[in-house]
Amino acid sequence: MPLRNQDDMYKRRKRRTAKNNIFRTLFFTATTVGLIVLAMLIYRVLSQGTGSLSWDFIRNFAAPYPDEAGLLAGIVGSLYLMGIVAIFSIVVGVSTAIYLEEYAKKGKLTTFIQMNIQNLAGVPSVVFGLLGLTFFVYVLDFGYSLLTGGLTMSLLVLPIIVVSSQEALRSVPSELKEASAAMGASKWQTIFRVVLPAALPGMITGSILALSRAIGETAPLLVVGAATAIYSLPDSVVDSYTVMPIQIYSWISKPGDEWPLLAAAGIIILLIFLLIMNTIAVLIRNKFQRRY
Amino acid sequence: MWKYKRLIVLMLFILTIGILAACGGNGEETTEETDQDTANASEGSSSEEDSLLSGTVKLAGSSTVFPIMEYVTYEFTKENPNVDTPLESIGSGGGFERSTKGEIDFSNASRPIKEEEKALAEENGIELIETVLAYDGLSVVVSKQNDFVDELTVEQLGEIFLADSGNTKWSDIDPSWPDEEIVIYSPGHDSGTFDYFNEVILEEKPMREGEGVTLSEDDNLLVRGIQNDPYAIGYFGYAYYVENQDTLKALAIDGGNGPVKPSPETIQDGSYSPLSRPLFTYINRASLEEKESVQAFTEFLLSGAAAEGAEEVGYVPIPEEEYQSQLEDLKAIYEK
Repeated sequence: MPLRNQDDMYKRRKRRTAKNNIFRTLFFTATTVGLIVLAMLIYRVLSQGTGSLSWDFIRNFAAPYPDEAGLLAGIVGSLYLMGIVAIFSIVVGVSTAIYLEEYAKKGKLTTFIQMNIQNLAGVPSVVFGLLGLTFFVYVLDFGYSLLTGGLTMSLLVLPIIVVSSQEALRSVPSELKEASAAMGASKWQTIFRVVLPAALPGMITGSILALSRAIGETAPLLVVGAATAIYSLPDSVVDSYTVMPIQIYSWISKPGDEWPLLAAAGIIILLIFLLIMNTIAVLIRNKFQRRY
Repeated sequence: MWKYKRLIVLMLFILTIGILAACGGNGEETTEETDQDTANASEGSSSEEDSLLSGTVKLAGSSTVFPIMEYVTYEFTKENPNVDTPLESIGSGGGFERSTKGEIDFSNASRPIKEEEKALAEENGIELIETVLAYDGLSVVVSKQNDFVDELTVEQLGEIFLADSGNTKWSDIDPSWPDEEIVIYSPGHDSGTFDYFNEVILEEKPMREGEGVTLSEDDNLLVRGIQNDPYAIGYFGYAYYVENQDTLKALAIDGGNGPVKPSPETIQDGSYSPLSRPLFTYINRASLEEKESVQAFTEFLLSGAAAEGAEEVGYVPIPEEEYQSQLEDLKAIYEK
């Protein structure tokens, strides 16, 4: 005689697999919700925007007529802005992370700084715009220029870069550092030759993802005076400029049927830029990541 | 060497982006001082290209005036490719915030300057010269599907939009209208359009808010909301009505002299009252006196471009003579 009733066992197993299936479907649906929304968004943008995409759209400045309007000022402005943001935020962000992880003693002050950086990451972007307005425009007198916009955006993405760089530094095993120190290397030599190279892929990935956030932001730039319509490219970092999201936004709010189509085309270009940046991030991570 | 490779990659990465950012100036980087005082630019570069005007004309302000100015700046830069004309759409109030500090040359506004803004300008030693560009008829619209309203008096408008009237149904306004909730679409509180409506219809009393009321700075959102709802009502610039005539119905407004529908004629001759309004730009007197680029732009603006721009985007130009007389007054200032 069997110890357990076979039928009963089958029944229980059935119930357990059923439960498993229910949760699997639940989680799968949750995943697909996001995917479906994304697919709908992309479909809508593509179906509306591809008609307006052409070389002229990339080569022309904005115009009051839909068939002459282009995104040139926005594309170039966004690229310059990203350049400034990259230089400033990566240098400052990575340096901050190195200080916090390698030099700072773990104490109340470090915890306090750490907490504030994490809080900064959650501050609404328009607040950074106001900060940029008072600090860069009024105090430092940079005017409503590309430089002001770039520095404001740098402040916005700085916390993200600091936190992701810290993560990258932390993932470098301490054995490596100890080995380096045991060989007689100074702290700086260890950081420069051992820790940084090992943490670099993580840092670059985080930085590029932070830049992708900056390229889509509008609110802070409106506050620090990016132009809505401009027919010249910036000659220097203290010149006027506009960026892609602002141009797209101004097209969406115009009366007339053709403007939303142009906005959709603008969104496609913006998406292409985002996609390129994210691909670079993934490629760097895959190519250089070494596991210890 | 392998250990340095990654660092080199990072350095190259930063360097490339840096070069990208820096090479926009075609090698002739301007210094920081010239930015603050762009007036000098027109004198500085005149040696190489004598015939071509250069310099900057800075414009900012109302999103209602933006389409006219976008047209004018576009046409102006076609003729004067060396003049930069950055134009910002930041609301009338935002424009005055800049112009009263002397940061811009043209301050676009869909309402006259307020006393406190004037005082602020005086404090900073700035004089702003008012110039009328065109007229805008604030259109009160319902959906084409609405078959019971064609005209409203100013009092009825007040009853619909005011918070303390307590009316939330169409039948509260007129018993013969359906017993349905009134759905309101209104521009947001930062817009000059709301300011204007607030002044002439609401008389600064609070507007209905909460359920059944949508506030948005995006006029197209208001249009879409009203289009498909027979019980919705809203208001915005005449241009947005013109673009959506096939789905929207503009109501005739009775300001005491019988109902008048908005049209180019009634807006220009003032009979579409009290909902037609002038659109302004305020010119910084100092820039007008000193900057050649601003003088050229002013002349371009008032000898045809503003009228064309207004027509192009659905506003109503002022009579030709008025543009001329304004221009003459301004010329008197800089052609001394």
